[in-house]
Amino acid sequence: MIAILKYNAGNTKSVENAVQKLGYDCVVTDDKDLLQKADKVIFPGVGEASSAMKYLEEKGLDEVLKSLKQPVLGICLGLQLMCKFTEEGDTQGLGIFDVLVKKFPPKDKVPHIGWNNFAFLNGSLFEGIDTIDDVYFVHSFYAELSEKTIATCEYILPFSAGLQHNNFYAVQFHTEKSGKIGEQILKNFLQL
Amino acid sequence: MLKKRIIPCFDIKEGRVVKGINFLGLRDAGNPVEMASVYAENGADELVFLDITATLENRKTLTDLVGKIAGKINIPFTVGGGINSVEDAARIIEAGADKISINSSALKKPELIREIANEFGSQAVVVAIDTKYKNGEWMVFSNGGTISTIWKALDWAKEAEKLGAGEILLTSMNNDGTKNGFAIDITNQVSESVNIPIIASGGAGTMEHFEKVFTQTKATAALAASVFHYGEIEITALKNYLKTKNIAIR
Repeated sequence: MIAILKYNAGNTKSVENAVQKLGYDCVVTDDKDLLQKADKVIFPGVGEASSAMKYLEEKGLDEVLKSLKQPVLGICLGLQLMCKFTEEGDTQGLGIFDVLVKKFPPKDKVPHIGWNNFAFLNGSLFEGIDTIDDVYFVHSFYAELSEKTIATCEYILPFSAGLQHNNFYAVQFHTEKSGKIGEQILKNFLQL
Repeated sequence: MLKKRIIPCFDIKEGRVVKGINFLGLRDAGNPVEMASVYAENGADELVFLDITATLENRKTLTDLVGKIAGKINIPFTVGGGINSVEDAARIIEAGADKISINSSALKKPELIREIANEFGSQAVVVAIDTKYKNGEWMVFSNGGTISTIWKALDWAKEAEKLGAGEILLTSMNNDGTKNGFAIDITNQVSESVNIPIIASGGAGTMEHFEKVFTQTKATAALAASVFHYGEIEITALKNYLKTKNIAIR
């Protein structure tokens, strides 16, 4: 069973559709037991960081997320909240990745919206994916490069398109909205 | 490198796709869910659905349709038409849309842009602007282009950005349906003046028109409807053409 975290940041529907399309059972839940017992947990998110983080803390979901031992995949806002700190609403994140999330400098259009390719890729999450492949991004804040970076993308500056620390994985782009490439990356995660 | 986006637009009336010529004379062009998945397969980068006859009774029809589209396609899509409140936006986003588009409701109550952006993030808020060149100025029109407003397009775009819009969908009413090309001047002015992405819309007739709007303005996406729906331009062929012109395309 795949658990998708239910909280106040939307877009769980598309992630649910994408997981089901790949033939996996999934549940959208904020139940601690279900999250802890799931084979894998997906932490999606579209929304604003400080209100999302506040909600997670009020529900005690921040501690649950940090305590998970199975593979966890953060997507978009999920990735940003798994970092130490984000400039969006000056929010303390979960601190799973010792990484700062900053606002893009206004040297080009912000948000970074659209299909962009990778500059660097590493690890089993990106099995079968090439740097020329495009995935769909939509974000105004970016995670800095760090030793936990497993994929990079360039827009205005190079940033972390993927992060990994132990069982925690995260991607800045939307796997569920990135056509066949996104489907492959999601499949790679589900097969970990 | 970030790619320029090609976006087919579907005008929806009672769950079916229609396209007006200069906002009049509707013709039925097909089933939105099937068309959406064919376009996604053929390389459309994103899709836009505008419910042009949004009414209270139609709400459920539209929400059901959004759910069906989200279940079928795995590229991003925007839904507009009849979104007058944060609650309306929430219903559409929860059904599976990535972004909502607001037009007349934002002109009526600009704060709505901020309210929806605060709830779902700026990236989920597209402000659609219908503009017409009249008496030497590009002015903004509301209610499907039928009612004039006090806003100049450039000022309204800046205001929308300030209030938290994530993108501007700029339609030239003078060009829409003419197939004579996008309105380069106003698209250029707006895309130079705001720092959020601009989707150019209205007037696409040939592949060269897309090339022109991407090379002569800072628009990062181009939207069209009838040329795609009636098979006059095939998306795969268009994208191949633009690649040969050294435009960054997926």
